[in-house]
Amino acid sequence: MLDATFFYLFALLSVAGAVMTITRRSAVHSAIWLIVALLGVAGLYLLQKAEFLFAVQIVLYIGGIMVLFLFVIMLVNLDEAARQRQFNKQWWIALAAVAAVGAELLYFLRSGAGAFRLAPSPAARPAGGGGNTEQVADVLFSEYLLPFELVSILLLVAIVGSVILAKKRI
Amino acid sequence: MLYPITTNHYLVLSAALLVIGTLGVLTRRNIVIILMSIELILNAVNVNLIAFSHHFGAVHGQIFAIFVIAIAVAEAAVGLGILIALFRNKETVLADEIDLLKW
Repeated sequence: MLDATFFYLFALLSVAGAVMTITRRSAVHSAIWLIVALLGVAGLYLLQKAEFLFAVQIVLYIGGIMVLFLFVIMLVNLDEAARQRQFNKQWWIALAAVAAVGAELLYFLRSGAGAFRLAPSPAARPAGGGGNTEQVADVLFSEYLLPFELVSILLLVAIVGSVILAKKRI
Repeated sequence: MLYPITTNHYLVLSAALLVIGTLGVLTRRNIVIILMSIELILNAVNVNLIAFSHHFGAVHGQIFAIFVIAIAVAEAAVGLGILIALFRNKETVLADEIDLLKW
């Protein structure tokens, strides 16, 4: 029962935050609402026993990416943009297309609900035990070592690239 | 249908976040908010991955979520760098006013 209460609380937080994010006029308000949505998603991670990702979400997403966003919002003059029209002229085409995709997703999730029940959660946790962080580290640094290193190279490239892009004169 | 929380509930929530994020990308004119909508889409993917990770009792889904977050960081950094360069040259952050390639 408590599980369900918290699920609906966090689901409401994330969906309401998402809706407010895409409808606010001011970019700062959007960023604050996006933080609310990300907090809701972080709560869902905790409900799913992914404690490490919960911490990563708070520290990296809310502490890192959102501060970067707010930084850029302050750096770029958005007052002019806030006074103008906020939505495209073709917004209704987008709304219709997205509604169609959403209806499709809901329909298939509903009709395919039985398929998920065929594979019940095996009680067997991966060997080694330990906490969630320990398990994640175990798998990350053994099976996924190469992708991990590739991601670090990607991050390095992204850092250098964004510095060069934002520089006035190279 | 509402009470025992199953994996399906998380998938529906993830679909809702995905749809809202896509709507934001397609309809907003402000590039900063378009980038935020992309973050919403990536979070929807993460909810999906975590739900299946919990469902199958393996941590591999969480590893993929970590990779998705890393890609999101790279994307945000590069996207905001492009935005700053764009604002310096065109003095606008509205996506439909940047039409150099359109004639």
